[in-house]
Amino acid sequence: MAFVVPKETFSGKVFEVEIGTGPKAVKIGGENTLPFLSFEGALPNKPVVACEVQDVPPEDWPETLREAYKDVSSDPVGWARHCQDAMGAQAVALRLISTHPDRQNRTPEEAAKTVSDVLAAIDVPLVILGSNHAEKDAQVLKAACEAAKGRNCLIGKAQEANYKTIVATAMAAGHKIIAMSDLDVNLSKQLNILITQMGFEKDRIVTDPMSSALGYGIEYTYSVMERIRGACLMQNDATMSPPLINDIGMYVWKVKETIAPESDLPDWGPVAERAIGWETTTAMGLLMAGSDMLIMRHPKAIATVRMMIDDLA
Amino acid sequence: MLIIGERINVITKTQRLAMQNRDKGPIQQMAKDEVKCGAGMLDINIGPAEDKGDELMDWIVKTVQEVAHVPLCLDTTNPLAMEAGLKAHDNTWGRAMINSASGEEERLNMMMPLAGKYGSLIIGLTLNKQGIPALAEDRCAIAAEIMGKAAECGVPMEDIYLDPLIMPVPFSQEKSLESIRAIRLFREMNDPPMKTVVGLSNISNGAPKELRPLLNRVYTALLMYEGLDSAIIDPLEKEMTDVIKTVDVLLGKTLYAHSYLEM
Repeated sequence: MAFVVPKETFSGKVFEVEIGTGPKAVKIGGENTLPFLSFEGALPNKPVVACEVQDVPPEDWPETLREAYKDVSSDPVGWARHCQDAMGAQAVALRLISTHPDRQNRTPEEAAKTVSDVLAAIDVPLVILGSNHAEKDAQVLKAACEAAKGRNCLIGKAQEANYKTIVATAMAAGHKIIAMSDLDVNLSKQLNILITQMGFEKDRIVTDPMSSALGYGIEYTYSVMERIRGACLMQNDATMSPPLINDIGMYVWKVKETIAPESDLPDWGPVAERAIGWETTTAMGLLMAGSDMLIMRHPKAIATVRMMIDDLA
Repeated sequence: MLIIGERINVITKTQRLAMQNRDKGPIQQMAKDEVKCGAGMLDINIGPAEDKGDELMDWIVKTVQEVAHVPLCLDTTNPLAMEAGLKAHDNTWGRAMINSASGEEERLNMMMPLAGKYGSLIIGLTLNKQGIPALAEDRCAIAAEIMGKAAECGVPMEDIYLDPLIMPVPFSQEKSLESIRAIRLFREMNDPPMKTVVGLSNISNGAPKELRPLLNRVYTALLMYEGLDSAIIDPLEKEMTDVIKTVDVLLGKTLYAHSYLEM
């Protein structure tokens, strides 16, 4: 007797969110079943991978990573163009790390200029990230939103401490936002409620559950994502229906496994292969938990993950 | 839990006059208010509507769904009006619900085939010609007859909403617990389970006005614990919808957030 796969139908559906403008705009989300189960439901959009660039040369990045971008990372505009043209990136994520008070502490105006310059150079969608200093980000992202007006960017990240300013400007400038809370499904729901109470539509939000690297807490991120997706699909909870984004590069490329040379730990083998594998595996794990968009760094990890997405979706 | 709004009915003077005069205003405003307060379905009670009931039902279904994008619970004993409503109903946001069939043979034979014909949901009152049974088990016997007729008419068991009928606590205190027990027993009768519905306010019928809200709310919580799927209530009564949301959170049906009452 032939085996018939039992199919589940869910009452909820992930919102579909479009980022960018023109022919290279991308859509994420829209699925009505668990990750990659195309036999069971609709998966209208494959997860998208955005390639990260920074607004200053990444002197703090590990050797393996710096090597991959050594000819282009001195200038964010050229770097973004390289990601789009040479690497065929679906989207670029610009991290305005220089604005952090403990780094170069650049001003919102300087950040806005970088954003304008990068937008002038590329036509794939742009994710604009602050330096993750909540107070400074409110001002930086405000300026960035205004500079990027009309390009439908994804602005991140709005957190409980600073969401009001960021949401207000994103609303005025017509952007989408990343709402991030600290690995807590109830706080994630609360933040989405607070944002929508400001008049920002719930289907313009993308949820960042706060990512973690493989071996350094990935299971926490994974289970929060599962619970968020479960509330969306099984409880038809509209506040939990935004698509999920994972900003993994920043977590992966500071762990020992992506930094320590083989000479320090011969059992671990060559660092380049190990590090690229670490980023790839982190990404793949989170795709299984429902990631609709990834922000990644190494070109080889990106290429492998995209190949696997195409295979699975 | 599915909240079915009860405010559009012939008993309320403004609504009755609006129905008689085919005046869209008060009906559409009430529909919008009920949905805003959390109603997932609206009960449209046109009464027996012996005179041109089918025309009235057709008009009111379209009037309400013009502004409220939810399914409707069609509440009338007039079979022609019921069918007119099912025909006019827009199923985009969910299927219509027939209010109601019962264990009483004539009513069952009149309404159940309509559910089969239009693929709608249907409420089954567990009473018959002898009245409302005393014990929960006897209500189940009537439920079994309703199930039989449903099977005959091609209505899936999951589309049946059984109503154990609530007796007022001031007059029949011992019956309050029976209705709660009946909810639990109904859900055990079939796999997949049939669903349940109640018209809540009857629990406090006859009690002093200031006592009624408290009785209604606490009774709702007890019924929800036993798995009540839906209730016909006044969604504009915020304290009641607050209790429903709170019970949903406590039972794990909705994810908690500090602002859960705002949703």
